[in-house]
Amino acid sequence: MSAQSLTTKDLSVFYGEKQAVKKVSMDFPEREVVALIGPSGCGKSTFLRSLNRMNDLISGARIEGEIWIGDQNICDPGTDVVSLRQKIGMVWQKPNPFHKSIYENIAFGPRYHGIRNRKQLDEIVETSLRKTALWDEVKDRLNQSGLALSGGQQQRLCIARSLAVQPNILLMDEPASALDPVSTAKIEELIAELKKDYTIVIVTHNMQQAARVSDRTAFFFLGDLVEYDDTQKMFTNPSKKSTDDYISGRFG
Amino acid sequence: MNLPAPNSREDLATKPNKFRKHVMEELRGKAFVYFCVLLLVITIFSIVYFIASRGLTPFLSQGVSIKDMLFGLKWKPEGNPPLFGALPFLFGSFATSILAAVIAAPLGFCAAVFMTEIMPKFGKSALQPAIELLAGIPSVVYGFVGLSVVVPFYRDTFPGQGIGIMAGATVLSIMILPTVTTIATDALRSLPNGLKEGSYALGATRWQTIYRMILPTALPSLLTGVVLGIARAFGEALAVQMVIGNAPHIPHSLFESATTLTSIITQSMGNTTSGSLHNNALWSLALILLLMTFLFVFIVRVLERRVKR
Repeated sequence: MSAQSLTTKDLSVFYGEKQAVKKVSMDFPEREVVALIGPSGCGKSTFLRSLNRMNDLISGARIEGEIWIGDQNICDPGTDVVSLRQKIGMVWQKPNPFHKSIYENIAFGPRYHGIRNRKQLDEIVETSLRKTALWDEVKDRLNQSGLALSGGQQQRLCIARSLAVQPNILLMDEPASALDPVSTAKIEELIAELKKDYTIVIVTHNMQQAARVSDRTAFFFLGDLVEYDDTQKMFTNPSKKSTDDYISGRFG
Repeated sequence: MNLPAPNSREDLATKPNKFRKHVMEELRGKAFVYFCVLLLVITIFSIVYFIASRGLTPFLSQGVSIKDMLFGLKWKPEGNPPLFGALPFLFGSFATSILAAVIAAPLGFCAAVFMTEIMPKFGKSALQPAIELLAGIPSVVYGFVGLSVVVPFYRDTFPGQGIGIMAGATVLSIMILPTVTTIATDALRSLPNGLKEGSYALGATRWQTIYRMILPTALPSLLTGVVLGIARAFGEALAVQMVIGNAPHIPHSLFESATTLTSIITQSMGNTTSGSLHNNALWSLALILLLMTFLFVFIVRVLERRVKR
């Protein structure tokens, strides 16, 4: 199996005694966008964060089950979490650029992984910024602080930053929910562009966004995966009643 | 809950007593706060004025030049002619406090990293109270411990008598450790969580995240802690006096008797008569201490502005 495909088998996540995700088995086909929807607290963000083992950082969090990337189960205790996270990029709801220049924000990850050559770094910075359509907007001020950018630009900078370490998979946790409609549209265009190269998992509270950007949609409720199908089918003819209720706004 | 009746607007207008009560209440509160602030401002200004007026007298009317005091090497206030070279004291003060900061900074930063990143629970419940305890120990106790533990250790380990700048700096470094650690810990705790997650998500190890992301981002705040530590060390008199030896010259090694601004003041103050040249010269030293404190406060302000940016 390719290193870009992602599969979970009976994945459960616990915070102390509380089970936040209940035995979820999903397939994420390579180079497709999967949207995770569901009301707040349904476990979709927790599920997302377990895919690159970010939950390890929360004390009391525990994972059961299997997560397969290619032919590697990343829940194995022997997994090198550090190189795993390099392969799975992540973007958060709130843009979190580092308190450094635009250039350094991008070059930061590659530097972690031992790239020192200035020319090589320049190249990575330019490609990453081009991929996120940010290059033309910032190429003359790469030395300015990343915090000086607008919210939408900051978010694209964060996406560019995660691309700079050459991941195969991108996890996005409500990447546009803190942005204005124009910036949101740009992020959505970007997602459509990025899925040519990356497998993308996106958590969103915006139904239209899920319908627009994703190939498949999964509906989570109270830690359970209720339904997972082609986006087209999920939004027109879901097979579970609760999915239909949620999508049409009758609860949640 | 009962909503106010619709005629409440008339109530507001027709109850002069209540209105007067509110006005009086505001007035009393205002008067009290203004009084306290005024008292504070007067106190600060009169201290500065007093020190400045006494401390400037030797230069203005008693024929001592500022240059001689700042760069002179000999301190002989009762000699003929009297000499007021304060450079050895200045050197001693700077050497001890900066050396103390050099020792305390890495210890404090590491303690802060440990308490915020590595073992937050143990740090909060055990290490932090322990370090805060250090701040509560009286300086005479530090001096005593320094004299009976640190000085003999240096005497047996290095050439020299053990007393001196190194002994002073060692004692001071423990004394300023709480300041450095507390401020560093607060700085690291107040970093946005997203930064750390962002770094980890790029495939950084914890160590990389700490020394390439967390420490550089918090650097201005960390330096604020160090500067405040230096300021505290600069002003500390008793503990240093007990271990430094109090010889008024610039030492040739760190393990040779030296002295500081504060210890020369405490030592000589009782032996001079108020208004004499010697006494006023000590006030000049106090003025130098005060100006240094202003400088430290200024540096802290500049650093704080950098944090906000």
